[in-house]
Amino acid sequence: MTDISQPHTPAPTNVQLSKVWTSPRNLFGLFMTGLTALFAAIAIIPLAAIVINVASQGLPLINLDLFTKLPPPPGLSGGGLGNAIVGTLIVLAVAVVISVPIGVLGAIWLSEFGRGSKIAYWVRFSANVLSGVPAIIAGLFSYTIVVMTMGTFSAFAGGVALAVVMLPIVMRTTEEGLVLVPEEVRLAAFGLGATRFETVSRVVLPAALPSIATAVTLAVARAGGEAAPLLFTALNNNFWSTHLFKPISTLSVQIYFFAIIPFRPQQELAWAGALVLLSIILIVSISSRLLTRKKRY
Amino acid sequence: MINTSPESPDVAAIEARRNLRYYLDQLFYFLTMAFAIAIALVLVWIVVQIGLTALPAITRFGFSFLTTTTWDPVQNIYGVLPQIYGTIVTAIIALVVAVPLGLGIAIFLSEDFLPPYITTPIAFAIELLAAIPSVVIGLWGIFVLIPFLRPFYAFLYEYLGWIPLFGTSPRGNSILTLGLVLAFMILPLITSISRGTLISLPPHLRQGAMALGATRWETILRVLMPAGFSGIVGSIMLALGRAMGETMAAAMLVGNSNRISISLLDPGSTIASLIAAQFGEAGRDQVAALLYAGLVLMILTLIVNILAEMIIQKFQNVER
Repeated sequence: MTDISQPHTPAPTNVQLSKVWTSPRNLFGLFMTGLTALFAAIAIIPLAAIVINVASQGLPLINLDLFTKLPPPPGLSGGGLGNAIVGTLIVLAVAVVISVPIGVLGAIWLSEFGRGSKIAYWVRFSANVLSGVPAIIAGLFSYTIVVMTMGTFSAFAGGVALAVVMLPIVMRTTEEGLVLVPEEVRLAAFGLGATRFETVSRVVLPAALPSIATAVTLAVARAGGEAAPLLFTALNNNFWSTHLFKPISTLSVQIYFFAIIPFRPQQELAWAGALVLLSIILIVSISSRLLTRKKRY
Repeated sequence: MINTSPESPDVAAIEARRNLRYYLDQLFYFLTMAFAIAIALVLVWIVVQIGLTALPAITRFGFSFLTTTTWDPVQNIYGVLPQIYGTIVTAIIALVVAVPLGLGIAIFLSEDFLPPYITTPIAFAIELLAAIPSVVIGLWGIFVLIPFLRPFYAFLYEYLGWIPLFGTSPRGNSILTLGLVLAFMILPLITSISRGTLISLPPHLRQGAMALGATRWETILRVLMPAGFSGIVGSIMLALGRAMGETMAAAMLVGNSNRISISLLDPGSTIASLIAAQFGEAGRDQVAALLYAGLVLMILTLIVNILAEMIIQKFQNVER
């Protein structure tokens, strides 16, 4: 046993206890901090470059014609992307009509009835895997079930393909919103004698409406930019078409075709289309993310 | 005065209403369950549907489809080895670039180097990178990135041309261009999931390491990274799946050349770019072959995604 009454041995004088700024450990830390800061800066560059390039190339072509006229024949200038903008809206509308009811109802089961069950685990698991499935596969799928059955490329087929892309996003985001609705609200409804259906439809869903709206806008933002699934479902159309079962033009596909043909006016239209598409998608995703950030029950 | 006898119309009405509410409730329950299960089955349906439609090509070419390099619609002979090679090589380049970048950023944004009012906008901006449509990235790649990269490629060829990887005179559209673009497309995925993992690690890990006298970076590299290993690996797997399936940027930037070249400066092809480039004007047999290629891509990405999900879920179960 040590005797605490003994005086301490004097501290060795040649040991420097204060933090040495230039010790290898500190230098390593500083180096790593600088390196990761540099990485963060590097990652912002492409985003800034894309936004600036698209804006500067596309802005001069933004005029009324762009939204109201048909694309010009190859090599000629003028015209616009009116049919592609309308077509994008139609295809997205089809996709929303298919994916939102299925996604929201599926999410209701997951959050209200299936919590913790084995089925819910597998549904969530496959929805997560489904969201990782390449979009082009959704296009092939829609091709085999819609285009081959009906014998024609169509706006409807494009909508089905985009619905597959949107489904997991709608369901998982809606579920996250539903889970945030406090349990007490449900218990109060049950206490008043409401059935599960009444509780969900009159209490839980209205409370979660903002998150459902977020889910839908996020999914639309994602699907709206997809071109791959539309290449061989909606195909393309150089003329006005609002027919659900005919090929239809969409912005993303039009940008692709105009980017790879060697005519200057078409390439310029591609930039203008990219600006329209990019602004819509960035505005939608920024606003929906800001909305979710504020959501706290 | 309420008539209380069982035959009373009032009671019957109440009972009828109660039954209606009950059946409506049951109907609702099973309807939602059916939709939930349907979503799970979509995955199976996709594989079965594409597989069935590709059946003529599968029976005709079998496994030689995966090991031969001919793509000849005139003679109806198909093999996708160059595309499989291109898909894997571009994905590997993307990972080699994006993993250190993404992990570095995730650490930088999660470990309190800077106050939240600076890190939050940076994290937000990086997430926005994921929202940019790939067709816009492709357009930008063709007209801005490729002209920008050309001098660097010329430099690589001139001074490092003795390495087979840079051994051909550079063209703009190449395996390397696509790899670099894919790297930036998957960066947000790696960053956001790794960052989420690091943030959700229990604080006592950090405190313990600090208490033992570790510096901040020693804590990060020796304690936090091993603890968050599975989440990080999961994010990398998800990114790999995304890189393999990316279509529009691939079709626009890889050059769509049907051959295998060791040089990264040569154009190549990926499964997705092959489908995108050829499906539109494909005849019946070629469609079956392209669907077979799609099935191969689907299975590749499914394996990667399922592994990623399993790794991430295992990690979450340990933490909670």
